[in-house]
Amino acid sequence: MPRAVEEQPGSASTVQEHVLDNGLRVLIQEVHTAPLATVWGWYRVGSKDEAPGLTGVSHWVEHMNFRGSTNIPRDKVKGIIEQYGGYWNGYTWIDQTTYTETATRDALDHMLFIESERMGSCLYDPADCEAERTIIISELQGGENDPDTLLDQELTATAFRAHTYRHPTIGWLSDLQTMTRDDLYGHYRRFYVPNNATLVIVGDIDADAALGDVVKRFGRIRSGDIGRRTQSKEPEQLGQRRVTVSKAGTTAYLKIAHHAPAGDDAEFVPLLVLDAVLTGAKGVNLWASFRTPPPQRSARLYQALVNNGLASGIGGSIVPTNEPFLYTISATATEGTALERVEEAAVVAIDRVARDGITPQELTKAKTQLRARLVFENDSITNIAHQLGYFATIGRWHDFHALRGRIEAVTLDQVSQVAASRLNPMNRTIGWFAPSAE
Amino acid sequence: MTAQPTTVVRGLAPSRHVLANGLTVLSKHTPVTPAVTINASVRAGTVYDPSDCSGLAHFLSKTIDRGTTTRSADEIAEELDSRGVSLATSVTRQVLSLTCTCLAEDFERVLALVADIITHPSFPAAEVDSRRSEVITLIRQDEDNPAPVAVDGLMETLYGARHPYGRKLRGTVPVVERIDSAVLRAFHQSHVKPASVSLAMVGDIEPPRAAAAAAHAFDGWVASEAPPIDIAPPLLPIERRTRVIPMMNKAQADIAYGFITIARNDPAYYAFWLMNHIMGQYSMGGRLGDSIRERQGMAYYVYSSLDANVVPGPLMVRAGVSAANIARAVASIDAELTSLAADGPTEQELTDSKQYLVGSLPRTLETNAGIAAFLQTAEFFGLGLDYDVHVPGLLQAVTRDEVHAAARRAVDPSKATVVVAGPYDGTIS
Repeated sequence: MPRAVEEQPGSASTVQEHVLDNGLRVLIQEVHTAPLATVWGWYRVGSKDEAPGLTGVSHWVEHMNFRGSTNIPRDKVKGIIEQYGGYWNGYTWIDQTTYTETATRDALDHMLFIESERMGSCLYDPADCEAERTIIISELQGGENDPDTLLDQELTATAFRAHTYRHPTIGWLSDLQTMTRDDLYGHYRRFYVPNNATLVIVGDIDADAALGDVVKRFGRIRSGDIGRRTQSKEPEQLGQRRVTVSKAGTTAYLKIAHHAPAGDDAEFVPLLVLDAVLTGAKGVNLWASFRTPPPQRSARLYQALVNNGLASGIGGSIVPTNEPFLYTISATATEGTALERVEEAAVVAIDRVARDGITPQELTKAKTQLRARLVFENDSITNIAHQLGYFATIGRWHDFHALRGRIEAVTLDQVSQVAASRLNPMNRTIGWFAPSAE
Repeated sequence: MTAQPTTVVRGLAPSRHVLANGLTVLSKHTPVTPAVTINASVRAGTVYDPSDCSGLAHFLSKTIDRGTTTRSADEIAEELDSRGVSLATSVTRQVLSLTCTCLAEDFERVLALVADIITHPSFPAAEVDSRRSEVITLIRQDEDNPAPVAVDGLMETLYGARHPYGRKLRGTVPVVERIDSAVLRAFHQSHVKPASVSLAMVGDIEPPRAAAAAAHAFDGWVASEAPPIDIAPPLLPIERRTRVIPMMNKAQADIAYGFITIARNDPAYYAFWLMNHIMGQYSMGGRLGDSIRERQGMAYYVYSSLDANVVPGPLMVRAGVSAANIARAVASIDAELTSLAADGPTEQELTDSKQYLVGSLPRTLETNAGIAAFLQTAEFFGLGLDYDVHVPGLLQAVTRDEVHAAARRAVDPSKATVVVAGPYDGTIS
């Protein structure tokens, strides 16, 4: 029988946490606002778990896990969720791979069935592996049509020397061309075990009945030993780095990255506040935040770059991760503006905040923005469940509920300290996409 | 002050009333999160661009919120940012939209600000200059991106460069360079009028409070109705046309393949909706996804979309493929469309798509933003306050023969327009 680890009382609802005998962590929250239910299956495997030669294997495995299993033949994959008006998807990133379905509540057991099959018995038919190889190469090339994506890839690979966060989640092209079906299946069997997973259920459901369904569907899946993970610690950076991508194009792009603290680091939330001051608050939901632009017109870098006509847009990216990743600032140069000028203005603003910190008014505004974003990004059961699973996978799910308190508690000194320690030229990598004539 | 409110009691049951000045107010109370979505839709999309000034409505969307007669751009920025609100302005062929979500406690103040932006923009010259350089950069980015190049190329070839649907939404650099404060002000005065605005407010706010706030925010804004515009019906293609736009610096090509179909008020609309869903939407891109993505592994994305509007809109197939696969992908699209037009859908496909579309309604209406967008669509096309209640029946009533007839009517590869943009400089057939 599963043991109940904890019940977390909340203002409107509760999250129940259970760990099955096979190690599967289950989080269930009743939300009765719409006749819907959502299921997310999370795995602690992402591109950071990939060795050279096998980059992109986690993402390719994600694709394969939509291509049929022992009890869901290839031609029956379609329609199980669709008949309930449901939506399904999945994504892979540096720390995690996840799958989701959201549909009317009567589809709950079907969603659990799909996720249990995904964990235990996907097929990896060789012909399907080959079809996905070319689909993923098409996905990669579609991404490379975007100069911003190309630059981001080069910037990340320059900022990291040792850590496996350095390679793109989609993988390097040559690895995608040479990986085998056995590479894929081996990666799948190693990491898709219940003791490496979190299952999240949120919606108009009965929590006790849902737990019973989970035990029925997942209880017999055996736990496994995932062995030693690829582990590396990024050595301290010894000086500013720089990379330039030269390719035909119409528009110039700038990115400035600094090594950032991991999500559970005491410096993470002060950096979140600092980013809100520099580029506007994005919130912390990787699934929802890119759908709504941040409030940023009074942000320092917007004022310095966009309002001064140097950039047509700016952005900041700081996302909670399992290990220290990057805080990246991006700008698109307006036509006719040299990248040197955009960079100079950005660096002046960054150096100033590193030297002088932020004002009390900016702290108040940043906290208000982040508080509002936390409300806005939890407007659907899909988003709520995403956040529980996301934080459970990169750290602890309680961290999601603790965020609001951590944001409120941030002080001016903490922001000054993180600005001084992180936004330091020694910790900086600057990337240019400099369009060349065709 | 206001006309008698109309309230429908089943389903979504939004409240609707029209202010004395002609502005339509829609609201729906959803006490799920302490937030409210404000969605203002103005009949001032790109079809209203003067024929020699395409891109004007888009430029308006970039400048309307950058200063009013009583607030500077910085003051607006501060009012929004200090409440965590991000105001999104966008434009489609038909409408200019201003949308944002705010905390319920800030609702009245944010609505008053949105109303001020809609009614009294001042288009300060310095702001117009910086937004112009942003717009020009956006146009240059589009020119370097095979997806918008292919779609713009298709629309221009399908509708003709003079038709409002054939022109680029963002216009061209020489035109944008001519647009100044006076041009923007004149366009705003001609097209942004109370009777052309529909305001939807959805969230943790009771309809009486929403109604009072809307009446207060737009009080005193009076203007004559905008004259209706006359959009010429497009000429239907009589033969297959192909066009290649080489972009040799790119990694992958985009295909845009399409037809001119029907207007939204065509009685066959629901049959077309289902036909498009079966062809290029269901699950991973319908029949097209099965063939081109799942079986042949040629593309990460392939799908079709239908934009039936006040004028006959396009049915468009889209795919991203390597240059080596262009001919095979186009031939596969031809084959799937030929088969659908010849034989129609199977009963199973029709049942599957109906179940999906009917069942997906609660998801569509889960969030405040989703409800607001749904209410605006229903209002724009005059579908009624109880449209959410009627949609399932309208879809269920469609027969297989009607979907087959829709496919025969709309989908004929020998009259398709096919545009390819990407690293390819050969020809296509």
